[in-house]
Amino acid sequence: MSISVKNISKSFKDVTAVNDVSFEVKEGELFGLIGPDGAGKTTIFRILTTLLFADKGTATVANFDVIEDYKEIRNNVGYMPGRFSLYQDLTVEENLTFFATIFGTTIEENYDLIKDIYIQIEPFKKRRAGQLSGGMKQKLALSCALIHKPKVLFLDEPTTGVDPVSRKEFWEMLKRLQKKGITILVSTPYMDEAALCDRIALIQDGKILQIDDPKEIVKHFPTTIYDIKADNIYKLLVALKEYKHSYSVYPFGEFVHYTDKRDAIDTKELTLFLKDKGLNNIIIQPTETTIEDTFMELAK
Amino acid sequence: MKRFAGFIRKEFYHIFRDTRSLFILFGMPIAQVLLFGFAITNEINNVDVAFFDKSKDATTQEIINKISASKYFTNKQMITNDAEIEPVFQKGSVKAVLVFEKDFSEKLTKENKTYVQIITDATDPNTSNTINSYLNSILQNYQLEINKDIKAPFQINSETRNVYNPELKSVFTFVPGVMTVILMLVSAMMTSISITREKELGTMEILLVSPLKPFQVILGKVFPYIFLSVINAIVIVLMSIFIFKMPVEGSLFLLGFESVLFIINALSLGILISTISSTQQTAMMISLMGLMLPVILLSGFIFPIASMASPLQVISHIIPAKWFIIIIKAIMLKGVGLSFIWKETLIILSMTLFFIIVSIKKYKIRLE
Repeated sequence: MSISVKNISKSFKDVTAVNDVSFEVKEGELFGLIGPDGAGKTTIFRILTTLLFADKGTATVANFDVIEDYKEIRNNVGYMPGRFSLYQDLTVEENLTFFATIFGTTIEENYDLIKDIYIQIEPFKKRRAGQLSGGMKQKLALSCALIHKPKVLFLDEPTTGVDPVSRKEFWEMLKRLQKKGITILVSTPYMDEAALCDRIALIQDGKILQIDDPKEIVKHFPTTIYDIKADNIYKLLVALKEYKHSYSVYPFGEFVHYTDKRDAIDTKELTLFLKDKGLNNIIIQPTETTIEDTFMELAK
Repeated sequence: MKRFAGFIRKEFYHIFRDTRSLFILFGMPIAQVLLFGFAITNEINNVDVAFFDKSKDATTQEIINKISASKYFTNKQMITNDAEIEPVFQKGSVKAVLVFEKDFSEKLTKENKTYVQIITDATDPNTSNTINSYLNSILQNYQLEINKDIKAPFQINSETRNVYNPELKSVFTFVPGVMTVILMLVSAMMTSISITREKELGTMEILLVSPLKPFQVILGKVFPYIFLSVINAIVIVLMSIFIFKMPVEGSLFLLGFESVLFIINALSLGILISTISSTQQTAMMISLMGLMLPVILLSGFIFPIASMASPLQVISHIIPAKWFIIIIKAIMLKGVGLSFIWKETLIILSMTLFFIIVSIKKYKIRLE
């Protein structure tokens, strides 16, 4: 096991940030911690990167104990904190050189590992890191976290605040890194990114709701979800909540996601009900379950 | 070692790319020394005075000439009636007015007694006192001159000699003070800010999750500032020697050694501050309030410690700057060797060790 977490709990004053969390990440796996802000993702990262002590439980990273062998872990992991953590007044090249030096290596030595990523920012290597765009900053930060060829890579919300194109590119890079045998633990609040992981843990309020393959997680959803649309989304939400068979109702993009207490819904009856409520242009159609739906269901 | 060198290189990048701190580092020492050396002094020079001479005889003329000829006073104007006195003070054109009574000379010879009134502008009490005593001593001198032939039956003659600073130049006391303040400020404030900046930007998190050992991070932070502070100390000493003609009676080597010791003391204080503050703002406030004020007010730099209230005197003992000022004054002005200042040196040394031990104890290898 590359990462093993057993019954970890951590509180800050009266707030329980992580509550009895256990999971395991296999070697070479791309594992995602998926959850909203404040779910406890960053705390788990900090415990695993030896920055915080857990109140209870044990954890190992690359078979090193996070408390006793913290020095070994610090030699063997790459960490990219949530906040952009590079030196803004140093150039791209200086940042990378600095991180290479403090890990006792050079850019040349591990260039093949970061080549794909670094090649995209290399034209700007004389530019100060503070003047890079969000996407380029992330690429530089990832290069810096990778420069010493870590066994395990910790990426805490690497794509938050990054444009969709760069996000997509970023995940493609992660997939390539994974092929080189690096274990990656990544956290994200974006449910669409979850599908790109090998396995994910859905986490909320410091508790893990479910751990599984993203495809499997979706399969476990108990019932069919319907996309419903009408001319007034707000009225539609209110009306659906009043419907006697309604189980769950929440907005999802341009539609409202609706599940029924019964196995199948009576489309005609529901349409009439909605028309009665003064809604027009009603569309009702079954849809595929997404991870977000699963999360909403589990988080209920 | 290579890691450490890389870290130090990074620190120098930070310093040289931040023009504001560069300005503080090198502009302030020069500005402060010049300011204290030229502008802020206790001495009086060319003070404007006015005379109201009601008798206009040979004696008063001679006294007026004597006063005006001294380098301390300038004859600004002659006043011809009482009503003019108030306005000249209000205008601020003179600091003192001398009023000679009528028939000054005549009274002096016939009655052996005559009066001159000295009116000073006491909005600044210190200056007014000094002006007063300078004027009095000129008058006294004159009196001695005219009494040359007469021998008084009993006399106590005082003969004053001001050793170590015979001309009583106030710049001689300001230079050690300014040097202390600058070294304290640059070393303690700048290091504490530079360490907390890493905390604030979140880069400390990455440094912690790296094979760099805590003492390497700290030493790497401190090292550039030792270097810069030494340059500052050299600049200040050179300025005081060449611009203000301040002597260095003792050994320059000893002065250098004591300065480095004090710099390390200030740096360790800076580290200590950074371990207890989490933002640059806090670090700066603690440095300014907790270090600068005591260094300026309680170290004997501006106000003599002996005339402070006793609780403040006690507090002044724990201020490293106080001991350092004693040391530099002793080396530069008295020319003493280590055997005379070993006690002060030992005090600074033990304070330094104390700060270092506490900071190592308080330095966090984790986030909490």
